[in-house]
Formats: sequence, C-alpha cells, structure tokens
Amino acid sequence: MAEAGKTLHLEVITPDAAVLHEDVDFVLVRALDGDLGIMPNHAPLIASLSIWPLCYDKGGKRQCVTVASGFLEVHDNTVTVITPASEKPEDIDVARAQSAEKRAEDRLVAHAADLDVTRAEAALQRALRRLDVAEKYGKQ
Amino acid sequence: MPSAREINRRIKSVTNTQQITKAMKMVSSVRLRRAQDRAVATAPYTEKMEGMLQRLSAASPDAGNALFTPHDTVKKTCYIIIGSDKGLAGAFNSNVNKAIVSVLKDKPRDASMLLVAGRKPMEYLKHLHLVPEKKWSGFSDKPQFSHAQQIAHLATQKFLDGEVDEVYVIYTHFKSALSQDTRIVKMLPITQKEGQQEGGPREEYLFAPDPKLVLDALLPQYLDLFIYNSLLQSAASELGARMTAMTSATDNAGELIDKLTVTYNKVRQAGITNELTEIVSGANALQ
Repeated sequence: MAEAGKTLHLEVITPDAAVLHEDVDFVLVRALDGDLGIMPNHAPLIASLSIWPLCYDKGGKRQCVTVASGFLEVHDNTVTVITPASEKPEDIDVARAQSAEKRAEDRLVAHAADLDVTRAEAALQRALRRLDVAEKYGKQ
Repeated sequence: MPSAREINRRIKSVTNTQQITKAMKMVSSVRLRRAQDRAVATAPYTEKMEGMLQRLSAASPDAGNALFTPHDTVKKTCYIIIGSDKGLAGAFNSNVNKAIVSVLKDKPRDASMLLVAGRKPMEYLKHLHLVPEKKWSGFSDKPQFSHAQQIAHLATQKFLDGEVDEVYVIYTHFKSALSQDTRIVKMLPITQKEGQQEGGPREEYLFAPDPKLVLDALLPQYLDLFIYNSLLQSAASELGARMTAMTSATDNAGELIDKLTVTYNKVRQAGITNELTEIVSGANALQ
C-alpha cells in the first residue's frame, strides 16, 4: 500500500474487467460541469463524467485512458471510476474508431428524420477521444 | 433376437452419437468457464455501483426520480424473458417456460408486455399464440454490454412513457454447474434497500455537478448493469445445464454400448455354438 496522504489509488472498472489498478500522484477528469483535478487527500466526492480521456500523473509522467462517460468516486485516497467502456492507449482499435467516426459523421450529415442526434454525437465523441488518446499516448 | 450384424450397426450409431455429445460437453465446459469468469468479473463493478447508488440516495432522499416512483395502479406489466438460442440444455428452457406460464396465467392477455431474448422462449410464445413486443436473439451464450443496453433502454422507455407500470426480469440464476434456478425479479420501479448506514458518522460527500444530476445519469447505467448481470447469469446457467445434460447423455450412451456389446457377444457365441453342433452332428452321421 502507498504511504497515506502521498499518493492516490486509482481504479478504473468496466463491466468486463478492471482496466487500471495503480498508485498515482494526480488524476484529471472531465465531469459534466467541467474539469476536475484530484490530488491526494481530496474530500469524498461523487462525480458524473463526460466522454473525455482520464489522465493521471505517475512518477512525473502523464498517461491517459479513454473513458466513455461513467462515474467517479473519491474516498479515502482511492479514486474509483466505473464506466461502460475504457481502454488503455495500446488497446485502442484505431481502425475501428476511425470507421465509427466516419459512420457517426455520415449519420449526422445525412440527418435522417428518425436520427437520434444525442446518440450519434456521443458515438462521434467516443470515436474522436479514442483516436486522440491513441495518437498522443499510443506510441510510447 | 436381432442378428449380430444389426446389433453391430446399432453399436456404431450409438458410438457416433456419443462422440457428438462428448464434443458438445467439452465445448460447453470450456465456454462455461469463460462465462463464469465474466460473471465474476462484473461483481466489483456491480458492487461499486450499488455503493454509489446508496450514497447518492442517502444524500438526496427527496430527489424523486421517476424510476423510483411506483405507478398508482398496475394495469400492464412488462416481462423481460431471458432464455437460450439453442436447445440440448436439459431443463434450462423448460424451466424458463414454466416461469413464463406462472406469471401469465390468470391474467388477461393485454395486461402483459413481453420482451424476449433467446430463440427458444420465442418459439414457446409462438406455441402459446403470444406476440412479444420485441425480440432479440443470437447472443444468449455470449452477451455483450451493448445488448443489455438495448434491452434496458427499451424497458425504461416503456416505463417512463407510462405504457407499462412495472418491469420484471425472468432469468436463470447460476448457482453452480449442477444447479441453477429460474428467478423472477422486479426491475422497475427501483426498490430502495432499507436500513442504510446505521450508526457511525455518515461522511459528507461532494457531488459534481449535484446529487440529482448524478443520480439521473447513474440510474440508467444501473439498469443496464442489472440486465447485463441477468444476461451473464443466464448464459452461464445455459452452458452449465448443457454441460450436465451432455455429460449424462455421454454416460448413458456408454452404458448402452456396453449392454449392446454383451448382447452382440452372446449372439456371436450362440452362432458359433450352433455351427459347431451342426459340424459335430454331421460328422457323427457319417460314421
């Protein structure tokens, strides 16, 4: 276990697996109402996340994972993120994200009468964020 | 008594069947292990989400979300039925069917709405001349989270629109490879767990943006997870039931082969004895 008050324990959990289990120095997420930075000894918090990468600092190095909405709970220097989907940069399927991006864009451009705009936009956002993370952090 | 050739043919055919059941047994035991792992992997997610839900509703007891509020009268009930796509799984599907009958009988036809996952329960409903509102198939032994989302969204929508007043899920709970039980559980309206956090200081949580918004976002995901869990449990149960059924089929085939082999040997021996007697008596007649 990490020394109390110096690091945070970060857990990212999806329905199928635990994506991350690490001791980190700082966590940066985007909640529905804006960015949230979490340092050790943060007060207990529950936040609802938007589709945006989750970044964390560990040993002076910044790393990111994708998070497709979900929730974050801070309690007792443990940050738990539960989300329907999350990937590490090396696990992102770039080809799939690209085709998802194209599909969502086409749908938004075509704008069919029965189009679920919120859903298409969410799909586009997920694809774009995956590509961002893969590009910036994938080649390390 | 059948001839030796006939018995021999029978033995061959039973051996073939045994090979098939043995292969199915192996396949389902491998997949069962995978399905079980997945069901176990979801446990921490469920636990955390239930924890958050509890803390949220403790923090904002009066944030009346429509998903918590029971409708005044229950006129129409929605049943989400989770069965399998393939048969040969022992009593798995007939137990689900029995549960369907138990909830549908003594009720007028238009008092229930059915959402069905799996080809087998669909066939059974056809037999009962019932038309499900919506059906899904093709994923009964390997459900994905996206399947659960589809089902949960539709059911939630129907509930919020007032089309149905209660939603139940009929699924099979996986206890072990040998025992599963069919359960009927209420999904909507969500029932709050009683007796939360007795004694001890309650910690003050901060919420971003605020408790009500977080709760509104959390509840749909909780329901997705609820369905996902039921799908995973049913998948593991299906594979477990199939494994058990195929194990006993393989054993039975083995027993049958043993019995037939004994009969075959007896018939062969009788034939040889017969021939010998004929030869000996023929030789005796020549003397």
